[in-house]
Amino acid sequence: MPIGPDAADKTWSKHTRRGEWMIWGGWFALAVVFVLSWQVMNERTIWAFVEDAPRQGADLLSRSWPPRWDYLGNLWQPLWDTLNMATLGTLLGTAMAVPLAFMAARNTSPSLLFLRPVALFIIVASRSINSLIWALLLVAIIGPGILAGIIAIALRSIGFVGKLLYESIEEIDETQVEAVRATGAGQLQLIDYAIVPQVLPAFVGMTIFRWDINIRESTILGLVGAGGIGLQLQGSLNTLAWSQVSVIFAVILLTVIVAEWVSSKVRRAII
Amino acid sequence: MLEVDSLEKRYKTGDMALRGVSFTVAKGQVVGLIGPSGAGKSSLIRCINRLVEPTGGAIRLNGLDLTKLSGGNLRQARRRIGMIFQEYALVERLTVMENVLSGRLGYVPFWRSFFRRFPQADVDKAFQLLDRVGLQDHVDKRADALSGGQRQRVGIARALEQDPELLLVDEPTASLDPKTSRQIMRLICEVCRERDLPAIINIHDVVLAQMFVDRIIGLRAGAVVFDGPPTDLTDTVLTEIYGEEDWHAMRKTREEDAADESETKAFEAERLAELV
Repeated sequence: MPIGPDAADKTWSKHTRRGEWMIWGGWFALAVVFVLSWQVMNERTIWAFVEDAPRQGADLLSRSWPPRWDYLGNLWQPLWDTLNMATLGTLLGTAMAVPLAFMAARNTSPSLLFLRPVALFIIVASRSINSLIWALLLVAIIGPGILAGIIAIALRSIGFVGKLLYESIEEIDETQVEAVRATGAGQLQLIDYAIVPQVLPAFVGMTIFRWDINIRESTILGLVGAGGIGLQLQGSLNTLAWSQVSVIFAVILLTVIVAEWVSSKVRRAII
Repeated sequence: MLEVDSLEKRYKTGDMALRGVSFTVAKGQVVGLIGPSGAGKSSLIRCINRLVEPTGGAIRLNGLDLTKLSGGNLRQARRRIGMIFQEYALVERLTVMENVLSGRLGYVPFWRSFFRRFPQADVDKAFQLLDRVGLQDHVDKRADALSGGQRQRVGIARALEQDPELLLVDEPTASLDPKTSRQIMRLICEVCRERDLPAIINIHDVVLAQMFVDRIIGLRAGAVVFDGPPTDLTDTVLTEIYGEEDWHAMRKTREEDAADESETKAFEAERLAELV
C-alpha cells in the first residue's frame, strides 16, 4: 500500500516501508558475503607469489616475444584436424539431437510417459558434462586421437541442439498442424509439412551457433589427448616453449574470428 | 449427405460443449452455424472431422459413421472433408503451391510428398483451383507474403484440392475487413454450388450469414435453438440465441464501424501522401 492514508494530502512512494527495509537488508547481506569471501580468499592465497605477479607476467611475455613464426608450419595439420573435429562432431551431434528433440517435445512425443522422460534425461545428461570431460572419458575408452574428439564434441552438442530444438518445437503454431492434420495427412507428412517449416530457421541458426562454439571448444580438447591443435599447445606448454605458445594463441584467435564471420554470414543468408 | 445424430461433447474439465445436437445437411446445402462465443460452434465442426473427439452420438457422412473410425480409416475419411480456418492456418513458410498441394497429403505416399513430386493430375487441379480463386500470379510466393484475403483464398483452394464431400468452415471472415469478408463468403458459397458440395459455416456475423447461406442453425449452450431459412431469423429468434440486445442498434453500429474504417483509411492515405 504505497499510497499514504491521508486522503486530502496523498503521498506516494515506490516501495512500502517494509519493502525499503528489505532492500537495505539485501544490500547489507551482500556486504557481509563480500567480507566473508575476502577472508576465505586471503586464507588460501600465498601473498608472496601475488606480490611477485607483475614481474612473473612480464617475464612470461618477454619469453613469448617474438613469436617463433617458423613454428607455423607444424600447425597447419593439427589446425585442419581441429576444424574437422568441430564440423564432424557438430554434424554427428545434430543428427542424433533431431530425433531426440521430437521425442522430448510435448506436442510431438510418441509417448509422454516413457520416451519423453528418457529423451529429456539424455539431453540433460549431455548438457551437464563439459566437452573436455567427455574427451577425458573417451580418450580413456577409445584411446587418444581425433575420433575421441569428434565423439566428445558430438555428445556435448546433442544436449545443446536437442534442448533448443525441442523448445522451439513446443512453441510452434498448433493451428497450422491442425490444418494439415485435417487434410488426412499421416504422422510423417504432418512433421514434414506442418512442423519442419516452422522450426527450420531456428534449427539452422542453432546448428551454426553450435558449430561456432565447437570450433572454440575443439581447440582445447587436445590438452587431454583428443587430437587437434590443443595437443601442440600442451606440448609447447610442457616444454616451456613460450614463443611457440604465442604462435598457437595467434592461430586459435584467428580461427575463431574466421569461424564467427562465416557463421554470421551463413545465418544471415539462410534465415 | 451429412447426418449428425444426438452429438455430445464433454471436455475433461466437465464442460458440456454439445448436448445432443442433431441435424442433417443435404447435398449442395450451405448451412450457417451461428451462436454466441462458447456455444459450441467450433467444437461441433471439429467433432465432425475428429480434430476434437466427440463423447457421444453419431456422425454419418454418406452413410459412413465417422465416430467409429481410427488410424488409417480416420485419415481416409478426413481427406474427404475440407476445412477452412479463421486465421487461415496456412503453413506460413511454404509456398502457395505447396499449401494447396498439402490438400493431397491424404492421397499420396510419404516419399512423394517429401520430395514434392505430386502426380501431374494433382498439380493440374491445383493450378485450376488457384485460377478459380484468382491467385494464378502468386503460385510461387510464400504464404506469409500474401494479404489476409489472399491467404483465405489459398485456404479455400487447399480445402477444394482434397476433392471434398463436405466443407467445414470455421469463422472464415473473422480476420478480414467487411469488403473482403463478403468476397470470401461469396466465393465459398459459389464453389459449393458449383460442386454440389454441402458446407457448414461457423459465423459470428449474422447479417453476412443471412446474405449468403441457404439455412441457418442457431446454437446456444451446446443445443440447437433455431433451424430454418435465413428469412425466419427474426429479432425474437436472435434474442433467444444470443440473449437480450437491441438488434437494430447493433446493425446500425456495424454500419458506423464500416464508416469509421473507411474514414481511418482515407486519413492514413492522406498521411502517407504527405510523407511522400
